Amino acid sequence: MMTTKPVLLEVSDLRTRFHTPEGTIFAVNGISFRLYEGETVAIVGESGCGKSVSMMSLLKLIPVPPGEIYSGNVKYRGKDILQKPEEEMEQIRGREIGMVFQDPMTSLNPVLTIGRQLTEPLRTHLGMERDMANRRAIELLQMVGISDPERHLQDYPHQFSGGMRQRVMIAMALACAPSLLIADEPTTALDVTIQAQIVELITKMRDMLKMAIIWITHDLGVVAGMADRVIVMYAGYIVEEAAVDDLYDNPSHPYTIALLEALPRVDRRRDSRLKSIAGSPPNLLVEPHGCPFAPRCEFVIERCRVENPALENIAQGHSITCWVDVKTGKPR
Amino acid sequence: MNMIMESTSPNQLVALNMEGLDTPPLTLSQLAWRRFRRHRMAMFGAIVLALLFLYSFGGSLVLSESYANHTDTSLRIMSPSAEHLFGTDSVGRDILARTIYGGQISLLIGLTAVVIETFMGILIGALAGYYGGWIDSLLMRITEAMLNIPEIFLLIVMAKFFGGKIPEIEFIGRTFSGSVIVIVVIIGITSWMYLARIVRAQFLSLKENEFVLAAHATGTSNVQIIFLHILPNSMAPIVVSATLGVANAILAEAYISFLGLGVQPPTATWGNMLDGATNYLESAPWLWFFPGLLILLTVLSINFLGDGLRDALDPRSRAI
Repeated sequence: MMTTKPVLLEVSDLRTRFHTPEGTIFAVNGISFRLYEGETVAIVGESGCGKSVSMMSLLKLIPVPPGEIYSGNVKYRGKDILQKPEEEMEQIRGREIGMVFQDPMTSLNPVLTIGRQLTEPLRTHLGMERDMANRRAIELLQMVGISDPERHLQDYPHQFSGGMRQRVMIAMALACAPSLLIADEPTTALDVTIQAQIVELITKMRDMLKMAIIWITHDLGVVAGMADRVIVMYAGYIVEEAAVDDLYDNPSHPYTIALLEALPRVDRRRDSRLKSIAGSPPNLLVEPHGCPFAPRCEFVIERCRVENPALENIAQGHSITCWVDVKTGKPR
Repeated sequence: MNMIMESTSPNQLVALNMEGLDTPPLTLSQLAWRRFRRHRMAMFGAIVLALLFLYSFGGSLVLSESYANHTDTSLRIMSPSAEHLFGTDSVGRDILARTIYGGQISLLIGLTAVVIETFMGILIGALAGYYGGWIDSLLMRITEAMLNIPEIFLLIVMAKFFGGKIPEIEFIGRTFSGSVIVIVVIIGITSWMYLARIVRAQFLSLKENEFVLAAHATGTSNVQIIFLHILPNSMAPIVVSATLGVANAILAEAYISFLGLGVQPPTATWGNMLDGATNYLESAPWLWFFPGLLILLTVLSINFLGDGLRDALDPRSRAI
């Protein structure tokens, strides 16, 4: 059903590396996925698995050097945006693709008024005059649920609470009605009640503006509520990709299974213990060899340690990278 | 007793805060102004400086420039009297009038040289700090090379080289000899290095902030990020450095004018008035005392002002 919509974004074999004095960090190691218009995809994985770096690579926000987009291409509406010069990227960022960051406390410029920061994308991308941009900024603040917006236009970020700042960040990202919003853990730095409000706000905006969302998170609870599809990343690889219900009902990669078992659930016995994943994430300074999850995997077989499996379809819209069928514990 | 005190005071605090809610919180500049007002030395500096400006620019309404440049050899080296309050110099000119017009030049040189210095310092520091890499290396090597040459030597060589090559100009109803412009430009281009380093250091740390990434993500161009996003965040050290730069520029002008390479007579500056006084250090102390005192007061009050601004503009300062 999803496939009837046109493809908005197609990423293929994206690899991003950082050249540091300690050696090369293999941050993103060849990820490929598609995003259809109006679709919400969640990217989950633990810290340092390459979620943010891959999203920043899409927008060419990686500092070069030390970063390097080693290979791959990113087609936005059929055009490869990685090849575009910086000036054209500036037209895409904020206009076509908006981005919301993790920490609203540091994402706003402390010495500029909210109004100044909010009208900037309107004036650069849409060429609005000051008055018109101000009026639009007031509408935007109202849209994201900030009361008395006229007064707040002259305020500085330090006069706002964390939740209000994140609302302002969302207003800024949505100022030019982008077709794609990349939300990089937008709720991580907020407390739980504010988290729920922000999720609700972004969902409302999505339905209103008919935009696609890539939601980066490590909170599987948030994912279940709003995403259409989930991509699970580990050590710079996509390890599983599935429709959201399919992933929860039928997790097929050992890492996804382990993640879900580490999650508290209401339908589980109260005295049962949450499982943790043994070992620690791989050292990204070493060029990956074999399956990156093999050292921590309970289904590991000999082949896992020498050969890294490619992403393979196991059912309609459900793919994994694993040599083992977790239901039988035998090689597939 | 103590118990009661402890139990009531938080309530009183809450009550106070509740009442305070109607007044809007102070903006950054209001806070800075408040800290500045409470800095005694800075207020002293600001007031003295204001009086000095009043003296130089208001004084010209009372005494004319032709009077300041009028020579009368019958009145050579007269000690201070009712007619000539500060006495007269070696060609019979009134020293009071000359300190007024000399003050205009000295203060204007200080301010305009700092405009050039600040412009160059910000531009070079910002480009080096923001872009890094080879741009940074190149610009910082140039900066270090400039720093390695003693400033006074650079000033003298350039003053000698450019002296007399610039025509006169008209400004605020006065004619300035070309030597004034030469001095302004050479002080400007020999003093930007420290500011450039300060700005570079600011940019190096500020560009790592998430708000810079967020600005990039909304499609803001590099030029806009440098000048509209990062620069306003580093204004405090720039303002302080520029303020202190005014004092240094006035001193630099005094050096070279004292050496006879600066602004040429009859145009008076505090510096070249000192030059004219060298032969009379003991016999006619009023020749150097008044211009010297004015230089001292200006430089001192600007330095106090700079110190006060440094404290007031420091955003990390918790004092209110």
